[in-house]
Amino acid sequence: MEIRPEILIVILASGIVTLLPRVLPLMVLSRFQLPQVVADWLKHVPVAVMSALIAQSLFLADEKPVAGPTLEMAAALVSFWVAVKTRSLLGTVVAGVACTMALRWLF
Amino acid sequence: MNGNIGIAKGRNWFLEGVKACLPTLLGYFSIGFAAGIVEKTAGLSLLEIALLCLLLYAGSAQFILAGMVQTAFSAVAVAVTIFFVNLRHLLFSAALAPYFRGTKPAENFTIGALLTDESFGVASDYASRHGAINEKWMHGLNVTAYLGWFAANMAGALIGQYIESPTAWGMDFALPAMFIGLLVMQMQSRKELSTDITVAVVAAVAAVLFSLLVSSSVGVILATVAAATFGLGVERWKSARKS
Repeated sequence: MEIRPEILIVILASGIVTLLPRVLPLMVLSRFQLPQVVADWLKHVPVAVMSALIAQSLFLADEKPVAGPTLEMAAALVSFWVAVKTRSLLGTVVAGVACTMALRWLF
Repeated sequence: MNGNIGIAKGRNWFLEGVKACLPTLLGYFSIGFAAGIVEKTAGLSLLEIALLCLLLYAGSAQFILAGMVQTAFSAVAVAVTIFFVNLRHLLFSAALAPYFRGTKPAENFTIGALLTDESFGVASDYASRHGAINEKWMHGLNVTAYLGWFAANMAGALIGQYIESPTAWGMDFALPAMFIGLLVMQMQSRKELSTDITVAVVAAVAAVLFSLLVSSSVGVILATVAAATFGLGVERWKSARKS
């Protein structure tokens, strides 16, 4: 039950880089408008970053390619299907976790 | 909604914001609970987890931080990865800014600091239906989510001590599942499916390649920059062909 200095530094650094993009547009955008090309580029960032993170978690393990299809890929397909059908974040997470759990127990 | 305007002055906006948050609380709780377990099993102490929730307050970033501190990590690599993962908040903040033009800077700071995928989703849905957002309503929504997230993480961390292998429960899949949900919902709310799918495929392939060539944290960044630039190019090419 303690706070290690190196962990505190990581939390503070991550907290600051997370806080700035959250706060700055709300505070300054009434006076300053992003150039259109920057705004257009930024629009693609969410889709790109989510997709990159999903690909990493499905196709890599310890920075090496996974061998063949995995249970998680099957769970991801189920999650995609549930997300498209329900449009519910909670539903998607619950379905993904439940599917992963069931598949790991079965195989 | 007859008489809505008449009672507007007497409305408890904060409480209405709290109520607007309730449907998402279950989502915060399941992901926060999973995050608490993962953070605890990654070797973080309860105090560190509490600080993490209160100072970082971002689900995916907390999972990533928990994963990265288990190995020999560099604070810069963690912060840079999390900066890119959370850069989407820039768009949320920018999109909500027009609704809070008359709000005090300190209040805008608080609203921005507590923005999440879910609170942005609820707020932008509300804004599209009502045309305006009361800042106290926004505070009610944000503070409820913040406290719910904190409680869920602590519950996960406490109970996680007694769960020997959270992977058997599939809890580690909560993060990819959340990204899948957010990706699909983002694509559904925009009307650019073909461009979005192209960007997503480029990002996925680039993420795997760059991760193998460099490292996974730099890989995410390079893949994001490459795919967003590609998306911008596709968009420009499409509009050039139309005109």
